[in-house]
Amino acid sequence: MKRIFANVHVKRLFSAFAALAVLELMTGPPGSALSPTAGFTGSFREAASFFGLFRTQRWVVFFFLALVIFAVWSTWLTWGERVRGVAVKALSVPRAATHTRPGRWGIYVALLALALLLPHLITDPFWQAAMVEQISVYVLLALGLNVVVGFAGLLDLGFVAFYAIGAYTTAWVTGALPTAAPFGIHFNNFYAIPIAIALAMGAGIILGAPTLRLRGDYLAIVTLGFGEIITIFANNLYGITGGSQGTNTIPHFSLHVGPIKYLWGLTPVPYYYLTIVFVILFLIGFKLLEHSRVGRAWTAIREDEVAAESVGINPLKYKVMAFAIGASTAGFAGVVTASQSNTIFPSSFTLQFSINILVLVIFGGMGSITGVVLGAIVIQTGSMYLLHTPPSGYQPQDLYIYLGALLVVMMIFRPAGLVPSRRRHREIGLAEKGEGHMNEVLTGDTP
Amino acid sequence: MGAFGHYLTGHFATLRLEFWALFIGGLANGVLYGMVAVGYTLVYGVLRLINFAHSEIFMSGGFAGYFVMKALVGTAVPSGMASVGLIVLGTLVGGFVGAFMATLVERVAYRPLRRRHAPALAYLISAIGASYFLYNMAGKEFGRVPISMPQPYINHPIVHIFGAPVQMYYVIILLAGAVMFLALDRIVAKTKLGRSIRAVAQDAETASLMGVNIDRTIVLTFIVGGALGGAAGFLFGMGTGVSNTMGFVPALKAFTAAVLGGIGNLRGAMIGGFLLGVVESLSVVFVQAAYMDVVAFGILVAVLLFRPTGILGERLGRAA
Repeated sequence: MKRIFANVHVKRLFSAFAALAVLELMTGPPGSALSPTAGFTGSFREAASFFGLFRTQRWVVFFFLALVIFAVWSTWLTWGERVRGVAVKALSVPRAATHTRPGRWGIYVALLALALLLPHLITDPFWQAAMVEQISVYVLLALGLNVVVGFAGLLDLGFVAFYAIGAYTTAWVTGALPTAAPFGIHFNNFYAIPIAIALAMGAGIILGAPTLRLRGDYLAIVTLGFGEIITIFANNLYGITGGSQGTNTIPHFSLHVGPIKYLWGLTPVPYYYLTIVFVILFLIGFKLLEHSRVGRAWTAIREDEVAAESVGINPLKYKVMAFAIGASTAGFAGVVTASQSNTIFPSSFTLQFSINILVLVIFGGMGSITGVVLGAIVIQTGSMYLLHTPPSGYQPQDLYIYLGALLVVMMIFRPAGLVPSRRRHREIGLAEKGEGHMNEVLTGDTP
Repeated sequence: MGAFGHYLTGHFATLRLEFWALFIGGLANGVLYGMVAVGYTLVYGVLRLINFAHSEIFMSGGFAGYFVMKALVGTAVPSGMASVGLIVLGTLVGGFVGAFMATLVERVAYRPLRRRHAPALAYLISAIGASYFLYNMAGKEFGRVPISMPQPYINHPIVHIFGAPVQMYYVIILLAGAVMFLALDRIVAKTKLGRSIRAVAQDAETASLMGVNIDRTIVLTFIVGGALGGAAGFLFGMGTGVSNTMGFVPALKAFTAAVLGGIGNLRGAMIGGFLLGVVESLSVVFVQAAYMDVVAFGILVAVLLFRPTGILGERLGRAA
């Protein structure tokens, strides 16, 4: 048996079948505790058509898909480098164009024009709402988490906590909570922005300062717990947060400056433009941050903390800074969502949310701003598409199965993400060769 | 005395009345935390990373036990030797499935990264992905509502300690925990497997020069930790019911227990578990039950803040 599996082709074939069997279960019908095998048998036996050609059962389709994947995989291992070479050559001309100043600005202007025109190209109300609530806001959140995970290399699993702080701050400042608004004044939503940013940042510092001096995985678990704790408080402090019902009286954004009076309402398009402005501001800010002194310090700490410390960089200070910046971005996004939807309640602030944002960052490429924006757009559009036009047998909750699997698959096959940050790509390569102090995990084949 | 003083004296009076009942309940919970914490601590000792998927290993043990009980327990609640047999069987099946899931996680989510010498962050992300995948997959296959387990025994108070009645359920957990902790302690201290785990935890490179098969040791570590986690999942599910979310909070607390005792330290994990269970249980007197999880989390942050090496200290490699 071991002999057979030692053969690399057998191993690959087996992996392809195993992966497709899992995929079959993921996309199959659900089961329940009363009929726990229904999901399993249904996944294999349910009727399916083979690409519309002939009627058959699901397992036949997946069996052939596994063979196809095995064939592609084997071919890729022999021919892949050549294909890659051709692709790189073909892309080198347009890529070189983007590296010149006019080329880059041309792309920025074109993308901006596209972003501004988008609501006029897509008029389906579902997609217009999705563009605000599920895409633009998530781009913002992914940009924020990218500072923590991508720039500083810290894993934050409680991102939702800061988002919730931002949302509840908005409700508090605008007087939508049972507890009295500050100074008894019902402020405009725009005033909630600095307050929410400050509070989320404060929470980030309080949580980060003790934890960040320890190993990276402690931070992950402490933030995981913190995300849960915030929900418990939101659920149980009836007098302050409104309990599990939350509140639905948060006003919309409105502007009263001199003669200008504008109220953002229920229609998504004005909100779309508002969030686009916010996204662009954050994009510019984080782009500048990336190449600033602070950004370089993060890179240094990520690559080799000991060396960074020896040249006078205080790792704790910069880690807390990254954590606080990420937290405040989430707080800001909380203000936008709360104002746009008017409604907040504790059960919308879940671990699922934190992991969703993490997937956007990992899929796009940790540390790569372009990648993260693209990743957020691709994944969120995909998940909205699945929600809008679900394939047969798809349940909304299935999305999270795919997201979990995607994290593992990305880490195995493409850890630097879809559009890798050049720097991050190189770092992972170096760590895999055993250079730098990033690598602390036992690899098994030590000589 | 001020208002706060009255608050305290009032609550201490309650505490005195309820102490033993709360203590025993807390201790039983603590045994379960300890059993899960052992899984964290063993993997940490060998790989220096937190196995985030451990909560789902716990869950898988719970579901495995549930299906066994569902198949074997009829309408009448069994008693006597039948109960003992069923509980032992459930624990074994839970442990077996837990061990199987743990090796699966190691194989799929960790080993490809180890082969590539991936940085530590990649392991964490991969583990979280695996955990999240399993959690939602269980929800899809077995439903997302908590289900109570058919009881293999009659739950009634069987003894009184200092006047406090002790439920059968607690006795079962305490007995099962005692057996498993003793067995684990002996395995790690005396057997070849235990020796190789300790050797790899101390110095992997030297261990492999001495002929320890590192890959095998890592898999066996996952198996031992997974078996205890799965068994704990069954025991927990017997009392609280099973669901795809059942692993999250107990695993977070077990991790707290592992840190409290000193991560990488086996006896520390057990003691940390007992301590956390008891403190959490007694805290019910002072805070609302809804905030019990907050207490555990507060303990985690406090330990990390003031004594990150835990009570017994990190004793990697000297696992026993």
